[in-house]
Amino acid sequence: MSPIKWPRLKPVAPGPRPTRSVSARGLAVWSALLVAALLSLPLWGTSDQMRTIVEFIIFLALAQMWNLLAGYAGMVSFGQQAWIGLGGYTLIVLAVDLHMNMFLAAVLGGVVAAIVALPTAALAFRLRGGYFAVGTWVIAEVFRLLISSSTTWLQGGFGRTLTVAAAMPRPLREQYTYWLAVLIGVGSIALVYYLMRSRVGLGLTAIRDSESAAMSLGVKITRIKLLVFIVSAFATGVVGGLIYLNALRITPAAAFSVQWSAYMAFIVVIGGLGTVEGPIIGAIVFFILRDYLSSFGPWSIILFGVIAIVMTLVAPEGLWGILQSRFGFEIFPVRRRLPPQQ
Amino acid sequence: MQWVNIIAQGILLGGLYALYGTGLSLIFGVMRLVNLTHGDLIVAAAYLALLAGRFLGLSPWLSLLLVVPLFFLLGILLQRGLLNRALGRGVLPPLIITFGLSVIVQNILQLAFTADTQGLDAGPIEVASITVVPGVTIGVLPVITFVAAVIILLGLHWFLTRTTLGRAFRATSDDPTTAELMGINSRQIYGLAMGMSLAFVAVGGVLLGVRTTFSPTDGPARLIFAFETVIIGGLGSLWGTLAGGIILGVSQNIGAQLNPAWFQLAGHLVTLALLAFRPSGLFARTRDGG
Repeated sequence: MSPIKWPRLKPVAPGPRPTRSVSARGLAVWSALLVAALLSLPLWGTSDQMRTIVEFIIFLALAQMWNLLAGYAGMVSFGQQAWIGLGGYTLIVLAVDLHMNMFLAAVLGGVVAAIVALPTAALAFRLRGGYFAVGTWVIAEVFRLLISSSTTWLQGGFGRTLTVAAAMPRPLREQYTYWLAVLIGVGSIALVYYLMRSRVGLGLTAIRDSESAAMSLGVKITRIKLLVFIVSAFATGVVGGLIYLNALRITPAAAFSVQWSAYMAFIVVIGGLGTVEGPIIGAIVFFILRDYLSSFGPWSIILFGVIAIVMTLVAPEGLWGILQSRFGFEIFPVRRRLPPQQ
Repeated sequence: MQWVNIIAQGILLGGLYALYGTGLSLIFGVMRLVNLTHGDLIVAAAYLALLAGRFLGLSPWLSLLLVVPLFFLLGILLQRGLLNRALGRGVLPPLIITFGLSVIVQNILQLAFTADTQGLDAGPIEVASITVVPGVTIGVLPVITFVAAVIILLGLHWFLTRTTLGRAFRATSDDPTTAELMGINSRQIYGLAMGMSLAFVAVGGVLLGVRTTFSPTDGPARLIFAFETVIIGGLGSLWGTLAGGIILGVSQNIGAQLNPAWFQLAGHLVTLALLAFRPSGLFARTRDGG
């Protein structure tokens, strides 16, 4: 009897490379350098550069907040424009009607958004999945219609202007707006990073992987989702204030346009869902594409749609996901991994 | 009498919304898919009927013979070629794909037909009306729309409860894995469900075009009306969809009567109120697995 011949085992293809993360100290040093460079830009840069960066940060921060909802908490919202509009109108009312400092008013726009987010969540959380997405959109529409129907105070569909902006010399106003934007941009990244590294992040990851298992382990699902929803509304509301600090003129149709949510979703899908780096890459790509395609009118929007569909089907992990699996590298480590086996 | 009139118009408008809602409800029931292109396809169907009138000389009623089968095929192609690939991979992929399609359809319509409003010409029937009792006058066209909605709902009810294929639909809705073990090809069922959904969309779109003017950017509002119809009526209930459409149509008409700007707002508020006090809708059947 011949001995059993075991098939020769082929060498196993090496698995994905272990991910190397930037060390905590490296991250701190590099971020500090970048923030210092950004903050000092008014000293050595041009007003055009500041405007471009403000606009970039607006999309970056919006996308970070959309990603916090959709990528980490599984809540796909098409109603984030609600917070942009409420933030913008809060800015106008506080700064113009109540003579408050306009930069403070912009930040308070976030507070108003967060307060309104609580009853909104009570309704929207009764819907799930795709219906949650449309439900949040309907709620944003309600805010748009309510503000449009205030024809005297808020001037209805005609909209209002941040008239008090003229009281401040333009270079000074641009500088303050710029600094506020840098603060918001850095803040939005830091917020997601620290939130995801906290207990909340651990709970969210558990919910994402299995809601019922998370619940059985004592994760308070509704409370965590509510917290994330309100945090996201707050930050999006502050960005809404920033947008209209920059644009100076607000109309309900533009402020409460579903297009805002479409941009957020596009940036996150292109960059990579559920990573801190994804929205950064996505915002850069979106910004460049928008610049190049702006002269093509409806064709450019069609192309955006096609890109989003193709990315979803071909590379659901986004550009950052592709880069990460190829180079095994991450800048903002928020995942939790098992220690290496001995 | 004025209020009776307004409520009667609202009930008949509900027929149109029931047509919108049935398509949305059917695909959600069968494959838990929310199609964000739903409203834009309603508008696209109206444009297709416009083309049929312009190039083939078909009246809007005859154009249904062309638009409905084309949309049925489009639905099958859309589902089997694109959307089936996005199912079972979480909430986001179907939403991104159908939202992307919505943006694409809107802009293609804009390129092909400009942003101007258009209408379908169905002749004198558009303005014909019947006086039921003195003071209460209802349009013939809204009555036709309402009757069409009821016939489609009856037909769908018969299909789902009495035919083998309908049983396969229900089995796939309940549990696609077990249904596959019984020899049902769920991907095929999904394709047929989307085909039927778009056939209803086609009927709704052509009736919309005869009833009122339309423009390329009208889709999202139609999607929202369809969504509200389904939320009010309850997921997965066919008669709930009719009730939902009627409640939505009546609330919009009453709102518009109080203040012309409150047409949409009244519908939204009634939907949200229902969500607050009766979250599963009036007649919910389908369980949403998330």
